[in-house]
Amino acid sequence: MIETFRFGLNDKPMELTLDGERTLLWVLRTDLGLTGAKFGCGEGLCGACTVLVDKEPVRSCQLAMKDVNGKEIITIEGLAKNGNLHPLQKAFISYDALQCGFCTSGMILNAYGLLLKNPDPTRQEIIENMNDNLCRCGSYVRIIQAIQIAAQEMRGV
Amino acid sequence: MKEDGYLDLDFNDVKTPFTVNRREFLKIFGGGIFVFFITSDFSTAQAQRNQLPSDFNAFLRIGEDGRVTCFTGKIEQGQGVITSLAQMLADELDVTLDSVDMVMGDTDRCPWDMGTFGSMSTRFFGPPLRQAGAEARAVLMDLASEYLKLPVNQLKVEAGVISDKENSKNQVTYAQLTKGKQIERHLEKKPPVKNFSELKVMGKPVLRRDAIEKVTGKAKYAGDIRLPGMLYARILRPPSHDAVLKSVDTSEAEKIEGVKIVRDGDFIAVLHEYPDIAGEAIAKVKAQYDMPESNIDDKTIFDHLIKTASKGEIVAHGGDLTEGKKLSDNTFEEKYLNSYVAHAPIETHTATAQIEGGKVTVWASTQAPFRLKDEVVQMLGVPAQDVRAITPFVGGGFGGKTRNQQGVEAARLAKLTGKPVQVAWTRAEEFFYDTFRPAAVVEITSGITNSGRISLWDYGVYSAGQRGSEQFYDIPHHQTMVYGAGSGGHPFGTGAWRAPANNTNTFARESQIDIMASKAGVDPIEFRLNNLKDERMIRVLKAVADKFQWTPSKSPSKRGYGVACGTDSGTYVAHIAEVEVDKNGNVQVKRVVCAQDMGLVINPEGAKIQVEGCITMGLGYALTEEIRFKGGKIFDTNFYPYEITRFSWAPTIETVLINAGDSPAQGGGEPAIICMGAVIANAIFDATGARLFQLPMTPTRIKEAMQAIEIK
Repeated sequence: MIETFRFGLNDKPMELTLDGERTLLWVLRTDLGLTGAKFGCGEGLCGACTVLVDKEPVRSCQLAMKDVNGKEIITIEGLAKNGNLHPLQKAFISYDALQCGFCTSGMILNAYGLLLKNPDPTRQEIIENMNDNLCRCGSYVRIIQAIQIAAQEMRGV
Repeated sequence: MKEDGYLDLDFNDVKTPFTVNRREFLKIFGGGIFVFFITSDFSTAQAQRNQLPSDFNAFLRIGEDGRVTCFTGKIEQGQGVITSLAQMLADELDVTLDSVDMVMGDTDRCPWDMGTFGSMSTRFFGPPLRQAGAEARAVLMDLASEYLKLPVNQLKVEAGVISDKENSKNQVTYAQLTKGKQIERHLEKKPPVKNFSELKVMGKPVLRRDAIEKVTGKAKYAGDIRLPGMLYARILRPPSHDAVLKSVDTSEAEKIEGVKIVRDGDFIAVLHEYPDIAGEAIAKVKAQYDMPESNIDDKTIFDHLIKTASKGEIVAHGGDLTEGKKLSDNTFEEKYLNSYVAHAPIETHTATAQIEGGKVTVWASTQAPFRLKDEVVQMLGVPAQDVRAITPFVGGGFGGKTRNQQGVEAARLAKLTGKPVQVAWTRAEEFFYDTFRPAAVVEITSGITNSGRISLWDYGVYSAGQRGSEQFYDIPHHQTMVYGAGSGGHPFGTGAWRAPANNTNTFARESQIDIMASKAGVDPIEFRLNNLKDERMIRVLKAVADKFQWTPSKSPSKRGYGVACGTDSGTYVAHIAEVEVDKNGNVQVKRVVCAQDMGLVINPEGAKIQVEGCITMGLGYALTEEIRFKGGKIFDTNFYPYEITRFSWAPTIETVLINAGDSPAQGGGEPAIICMGAVIANAIFDATGARLFQLPMTPTRIKEAMQAIEIK
């Protein structure tokens, strides 16, 4: 059914009229032209499409538009503020925590969701929270380091 | 599968794909200097097969603004050549790394390239690129000499500024020299590239240059291309590789508003302006197929491969096998198996195609853009100059994106619909059309003397390929046979998978070596050293043992330590792993130490990342990855049940890069993955006394192997 949905997107109000059964990932990538969230598996198994909805990391390939009505969405495009990279983005750069980069948006947003809830996670907590985000190039060890460093910066340590 | 000119390159170690013909020349173009360097005398295989429009392998441009652009047919798939190739050029030209821009994998702008695979970018593209940089620098020095009216030996160059050694205010920039000048100059005497001690940018660790784009979501991949009026396509796929389409009913799909249906023989696609709606529509297409019965599955495949194998070829031989048998006090006859493995990059095969004014442009996730161009030319029957392939960032390839079916599909649909079309494979399509690493069998009969010397090595590998099959131990009587997959061998496509063939061969060889070391009662590193003469291999083995702080013990020592070594793409590599195995056969790899001799290391940081990536990715084929199938039907369609390495599996990784800057740069993207099967198999044996002969070493197989020794 075609309806009008209102939600926040990267701190800006957004209004779209479309079929509420359509998935957030494709609306972001196609209707809104935000291609940072990636399609990897279509079944919520890889995490490349991860975005934040009300500060929770979600698999946007599994989320219907009717379920984001009235919520706040953050995508990778909305993470840097006033031209300043987010601490997670900076740490991913300075630890070379990426290779092909296709999983990177999802990794960063999933990690951001973790740090919003738990600003000082242990290494084990990072691993548990990141475990369902897949990286085929094999950057896990560096991603863990980058998240630890970003957590420190976000805590002002 | 269709034979093509690239196929046998998939499974062989390309040692010298081409030699550089020094016919570099310079000419003016658009106000900047172009330095062309031609590669020719391609290895006979390539030269005979490729009807190439040009021999040029790469070129660079020094622009009027002083920025340097490097044009290369190589592509960036995460392996980091976007950084290391720029380092090479910056160093030879004496410009800053920041001033070098890379243009990669664009068939209209870059000279022909065979493709980005086989760890060839640094080894074989690097030297001519450096030579071009050195020559451009020399020409600029000549020009500066004329401009400043000073002899060349009184000039120095730094960051693209040439100045008088005695008065640095007397200077001219590359930009000033190139501006508006008509230059066409050959250098009769080729300037040498820099020697190791002169390097300023190469050999220094540098962060990835594409990271900012990738952490902000700005990096564009093939699926991120947006064109006005573009349609997203979903193509009707058969349920099995051997299925034949009987009938199809698209009436339900047609009812969806905005859906366009295209049919060209058995090629049936639905298209829509939204990809998710195209997905809904394809699900409503009803198709019926004839499906032949097949007895070949993931369990029977190994016997089938031996039965259908082509005639073997001896690729290495020395001494006399009968003599070797006589000499041996103990002989060992073993068989090693590995399953089909998927490439499974997180980005599926994706392409966007547009036809405008007769010109076909395809943006594709590909490791071989020039090959894609050829394929599109052939499919659409258009002149070569009317097809352009552009390679944006590639979201992982690992060999799988040397195949471009999706690019041809997108071009075909753009022609059929008259609109720009994007084809992005689903994960199930990716698993279905992937060219898997082939299932394979290795049979080895080997022998040792009572003094712990290897006296016999009779090796046969079926269907994996030659790369990594030739052993490097000091064995008096040895033979290596390679059997290709014969016709009807594989029920679906196979192809190069990161260090093709070598993962299979190194698993078998290094397991067999360990079996003999254990029987001899000798520490596995000592046993290897006792049977090696190759100094570089001895050096990496000693280096990895040092880093690990290895203490000798015969295996099984219950410590869970394993060792393995090998060569790939000119690089020598040795690993030690530490594992824990529980009673249910679950393995946790705690630590992997790697020593690698790759000659000159262009970017030590990039090289370490590749080692870490190889180890991490390699855990998958060692422990879990295998394609389950029956005939042409593939049962694995997504990341469950097909399991690739996750965060929780990642071990501590330590890397030693041997200081060998005075020897030529070798491959780095693949070598460190070759040991992963054997090093974990050997560590499992050391922990439990159970020997695994089949990859992947799943908990079920490990448990069975542990139970088998208990029964004994």
